[in-house]
Amino acid sequence: METVLISVLNGLVYGMLLFMLASGLTLIFSMMGVLNFAHASIYMLGAYLAFTVSRFVGFFPALIIAPILCGLIGAAIEIWGLRRVHHNGHIAELLFTFGLVFIIQRLVQMTWGMLPMAYRVPASLDFPLFVLYGANFPAYRGFMLLVSAAMLLGTWLLLKKTRIGLIIQAALTHPQMVSSLGHNVPRVFTTVFAGGCLLAGLAGVIGGNYQTTEPGMADSMGPIVFVVVVFGGLGSLAGCFVASIIMGMIQTFAVVIDYSIADLLRPMGLMLTGDTLLTEVLTVPVARIGALLPFVMMVTILFFRPRGLMGTRDT
Amino acid sequence: MTSSIRRLCFAFVALSMLVAGRPAGAEDTIKIGYVDPFSGPFASGGDEFLKVFGYILQKVNADGGALGKKFELVPFDDKLQPAEALIALKNITDQNIPFVMQCTGSNVGAALVDGVSKHNARNPDNRVLYLNCGALATELTNEQCDFWQFRFTGNVEMRAVARIKALPMDVKKVYLLNQDYLFGQSIQHDTRKWLAKLRPDIEVVGDELMPFGKVQDFSSYVAKIKASGAQSVVTGNYNRDLNLLIKAAVDDGLNVRFDTYLAHLIGGPTAIGSAGEHRLTSITEFHPNVPVELKKPDAEAYSNGWRANHDTDFSEVPFLTMLQMLARAIDTAGSTDALKVALALEDMKATDLVGSPVQMRKVDHQLLMPYYAASFTKDVKYDAEKTGFGWKTDFIASTDDLTLPTVCKMKRPAS
Repeated sequence: METVLISVLNGLVYGMLLFMLASGLTLIFSMMGVLNFAHASIYMLGAYLAFTVSRFVGFFPALIIAPILCGLIGAAIEIWGLRRVHHNGHIAELLFTFGLVFIIQRLVQMTWGMLPMAYRVPASLDFPLFVLYGANFPAYRGFMLLVSAAMLLGTWLLLKKTRIGLIIQAALTHPQMVSSLGHNVPRVFTTVFAGGCLLAGLAGVIGGNYQTTEPGMADSMGPIVFVVVVFGGLGSLAGCFVASIIMGMIQTFAVVIDYSIADLLRPMGLMLTGDTLLTEVLTVPVARIGALLPFVMMVTILFFRPRGLMGTRDT
Repeated sequence: MTSSIRRLCFAFVALSMLVAGRPAGAEDTIKIGYVDPFSGPFASGGDEFLKVFGYILQKVNADGGALGKKFELVPFDDKLQPAEALIALKNITDQNIPFVMQCTGSNVGAALVDGVSKHNARNPDNRVLYLNCGALATELTNEQCDFWQFRFTGNVEMRAVARIKALPMDVKKVYLLNQDYLFGQSIQHDTRKWLAKLRPDIEVVGDELMPFGKVQDFSSYVAKIKASGAQSVVTGNYNRDLNLLIKAAVDDGLNVRFDTYLAHLIGGPTAIGSAGEHRLTSITEFHPNVPVELKKPDAEAYSNGWRANHDTDFSEVPFLTMLQMLARAIDTAGSTDALKVALALEDMKATDLVGSPVQMRKVDHQLLMPYYAASFTKDVKYDAEKTGFGWKTDFIASTDDLTLPTVCKMKRPAS
């Protein structure tokens, strides 16, 4: 029981971090129809910028400044990069963001070096919030939950309850119409791209010291974020939220499960003896392949429901 | 648009002609082809090693080099891919460079052992010697040993013996957590084997392989470790797989030792920081406090010479030993011919930077060398990576301690 409760909490924290990252990606996708490969790179930039900024002005100002810087970078990428390749079609845009991944990675390595940064949780949040069955729940994780929940609420309010949100939503589905009504659709595109990058940057600020700020962090986060977006349904914010939480839970719970397929078969009278071709596949405990499960789930959902959990269009 | 593309093309052509037209370096140096990852996720290691070799070569060349010539390193990026390493090897042999050196990754090491062996069989007049300074898999000097490979660093099994001998006697329950790939599995295997031999009183309460570099949240592992009642986590994890584990344990308030193999690797102390105090140990080839503890001012000065200009620590003493032994072997052989140098290296005895005896064993071409088990503490003269914490030796596994049996049956060249 206690393991379950602790795992639920940890899964929630990790799931919310995933959501922060994935929500920006899915927003950008629904707007431009393009998967931004460089999204996780912006996440990494957010962490590095936060580290550098927080050395001068402290963590909390950095929490505001670094995401804004990321948003500005995102706007620049959209205006001077994506917009120019846009008329060559989606493949060109896709390849453009794909190239950005390597450029940003190398720039980060050249600016900050190859080694991990000493980006730490601020002292004011570095204490156990409460003790649960003898395990500390760090205050910083509570803070992460708080920030991501605030972000979720903020994004939802902005999209559903404001005029800006109305125009964005309209531009999603009927760009020509919105344009005819006198709105500057390219500027809406820029705003959404910058907004998505801002969210990624925010995730980087609070994820960078929760994990480690190092040049490999984009690589480790990138694939899983795509899985979340595809699984939740491309372009669906609600689906993205559900998928993030599911992925967070799966990854934390998988570690606790020490059973393998062979253990499942045993009660049915099937015993595995000796080395067969399948011994390795059947006896590997779930814990060892936990990191693979999200990908298995993505493949499965593409099979049975190509539009994802709550998506509105097919992948 | 088109004109700018054309201009770009001209620029590239001009650039390539410039590169091709460059003289192929002065001929009076002894070249060593250095193959390691300089791009990709493991570039931090290769990058740092290249700088360290620069520092070491200054000394080796100032000491006279070999045959009156200086050594020169020619780096090749293998991206930690065996296929890329073999392309680099082809490049090295095409340029008639007699030595290929590689310090990261057993998969690459295994490919090089095989590639060098085949090349030498086919091209007896253009042989190369493979200097292994970091492919750690035990097999490379056992089942897969080869005459043309010399390993100048301790293999996994030697490290496992040092690791287990260094465990305090009051540790009775350990949890093994390793990465699910060749290196992690070999650490797991050798740790279990030598735990049973050397410390039968220790109970293994958990033995787990985790996905390599894929785990984002270690709190579930921490919960498992806590539930097992382990006093110590013995792990071959490194980089983020170790940093995140220790961070999660500290966040959770879990009070166990982390008896690691590789926590001292570059970037480790910075990423772990104060979380490692009093709980983190590692198995090092050398650390800046070894000369202080052994009272070797020369070695201390040498280590400080690096420290003065870098944020990292000088811990690559085996690299220095390797190049010193190579220089001596070339002098003895009177040439850089791979076969003659190899014969000169066999059974060569030497002393390392702090004066400990080392020996290149003839039967398997494994360097027999000491290891320093150290813990992470404030109570040291030199801190690691300017973190305020440094390594303090708890136990020295001597060269004799680490002289382990080998199953190598080496095929020796006829001439």
